[in-house]
Amino acid sequence: MAEERTGTQERGTPVVGEAGLPDTDQKILVRARDLAIGYGRKVIQQSLDFEIRTGAIFAILGGSGCGKSTLLRTLIGMQPPLEGEVEIAGVESLPPPLDTPPPFGVSFQSGALFGSRTLLENVALPLEKWTDLDQRAVEAIALARLRLVGLGGYENYLPAEISGGMQKRAGIARALALEPRLLFLDEPSAGLDPVTSVELDELLKTLNRNLGVTVVLVTHELDSIFRIATRCIMLEKGARGIVALGDPRELRDASDDPRVRRFFNRLPSSA
Amino acid sequence: MSDTLRIENIELPDGGAELRLGGRLTLAAGAAAWDQLRNRCASTASEVRRIDLSALELVDGAGAAELLSLRARRSMAGRPLELVGASEETGQLLDLYGCPNDHTCLKEAPPSPTALEEVGKATVGLLENARDVLDEVGALVSATARAIRRPRSVNWREIPQLMERAGADGVPIIALINFLVGLIIALQAADQLKRYGANVFLADLVGLTMTRELAALMTAIIVAGRSGAAYAAELGTMRVNEEIDALRSLGLDAQRFLVMPRVIALAAVAPLLTLLGMVLGCLGGLVVAMTSLELTPAIYWGELQRAINLLDITEGLTKSVLFAITIVFISCQRGLGTRGGAAGVGRSTTSAVVAILFSLIVLDAIASTLFNSVRNG
Ligand SMILES: Nc1ncnc2c1ncn2[C@@H]1O[C@H](COP(=O)(O)OP(=O)(O)OP(=O)(O)O)[C@@H](O)[C@H]1O
Ligand SMILES: [Mg+2]
Repeated sequence: MAEERTGTQERGTPVVGEAGLPDTDQKILVRARDLAIGYGRKVIQQSLDFEIRTGAIFAILGGSGCGKSTLLRTLIGMQPPLEGEVEIAGVESLPPPLDTPPPFGVSFQSGALFGSRTLLENVALPLEKWTDLDQRAVEAIALARLRLVGLGGYENYLPAEISGGMQKRAGIARALALEPRLLFLDEPSAGLDPVTSVELDELLKTLNRNLGVTVVLVTHELDSIFRIATRCIMLEKGARGIVALGDPRELRDASDDPRVRRFFNRLPSSA
Repeated sequence: MSDTLRIENIELPDGGAELRLGGRLTLAAGAAAWDQLRNRCASTASEVRRIDLSALELVDGAGAAELLSLRARRSMAGRPLELVGASEETGQLLDLYGCPNDHTCLKEAPPSPTALEEVGKATVGLLENARDVLDEVGALVSATARAIRRPRSVNWREIPQLMERAGADGVPIIALINFLVGLIIALQAADQLKRYGANVFLADLVGLTMTRELAALMTAIIVAGRSGAAYAAELGTMRVNEEIDALRSLGLDAQRFLVMPRVIALAAVAPLLTLLGMVLGCLGGLVVAMTSLELTPAIYWGELQRAINLLDITEGLTKSVLFAITIVFISCQRGLGTRGGAAGVGRSTTSAVVAILFSLIVLDAIASTLFNSVRNG
């Protein structure tokens, strides 16, 4: 279902979202080949081989500090791989180009809102830059995105005036601004209360089901993983490679790797 | 399958009208679709009561947002509008974006300051009377900036504010420092000049040093401490908070988006501040001339006019622009290069200021040498 939608992009005129991604008749949207990630000479993970299919909700799992954010940043081209390569829709992933709309939406672990702008202005910024819509339409869309993440009524607040969880949600609203077909989210539900976190899951599921959005997310929330992820990859600090890859439910029920069992059963590593 | 929005107009038996939408209502369909929808709503002879969505092939979140905001605006104006025939998927999307009541679909007016805040601001405003001087200039400049501001290059918008912060807010300290420097030079020279009966040449000495050299340099040093440090800290914090990455992920470039406006703002403001510095430096000299050299303002002023020519002022102003660009460039590069949390921001700020001061002196030496050879050659 979702996959049928993503191949429709034949317009020459502006703009965004759909036009941002090259034609994706390919079933594989993101591919990592023999990837090594890290900083300078410091290798954090290596030999990462996996692919993310169009229409998937793909979770990156693992303990704190194992390199999930680093992997995400490498996938979106913000950080060069130490080895190997990342392809998005068949094209090498480089820092997002400046002359075309960004091909995907990203929300960062810290929220990364622009501190001198109100929430509305934060979300409106990409729309102002990349669409020809007038101020009123831009505001209507930005406002709707804020409402979508439960921030209706906060549009005139500055990031410093709202809580961490709210900042995170505003960051997600901004990532959604341009109607991306591919979303990268770094711990979207960290810092959210259980109810809001379930709502966020529902939101992602709806975007995925109704608009064919492919979602790649880093998360620690077991409930959330089982609720929405169709596939997951598990990393471990110092393991230097994929610990497990597959459907999270199957991994939970069938894997006999102790590290996987530990993660899914919430056991401390000494157990 | 059509890529654009189609709108069909159907007269309802009870006198109203219905718009039947077909094709796609998406962000990618762009302003054309939005305008089309609004115009049709406004221009049909009979009141549009209903929008039928059943023939739409695709609605995305942006489309849903527009439909809902349209409905909200109409209902607030007392002319309710129904959205009917939504497919299951579109319906879910409308629910997702739905608003509890109509006014939450529309932007709230920014909070207006309370009376107490206003009083507080007015008081501070009175105390900081000096900055009114440049506020006029700032208003003028911000008007110009607004005129050249194109809808897409959002960063023009920041320039007036940056100019106010770097310019208007810095006026008192820059005026004071330059005045004192003029006074100090004059004090040091006064004794010597009196000994040779060359009292009147005080004007030459103070005037030339201030215009060619010190007004630009002292102003740049203050600007480096105020704006240079601020830019380094600001961009450094943005780097640490992943805001620079976020900018990049939205297809915006830190250089164009953050550095350019600062270059333009400072390069525009620095010569004005320097000009002010030149005037106040000479005034500082005048105080000494009157108190310890028995010169009248008229004599001092006449001698100044004889001594200073356009090239001297040009030298000062050229330097000031050069210094301004250097300050922005170094501070922004240090800021953007920040690594490692709050401590990193502190390090970048310190190193930016040190590097700027050093560069200013070196540049000043080079520029002075060049201008001297122009003058003599
Ligand atoms: N800028 C950096 N320079 C050098 N090393 C870094 C840098 N950022 C992170 N690291 C190292 O990379 C490793 C992985 O960091 P990363 O932020 O990817 O972890 P993570 O899995 O996202 O953790 P968390 O769940 O806490 O967010 C850490 O051990 C950290 O020390
Ligand atoms: Mg992380």
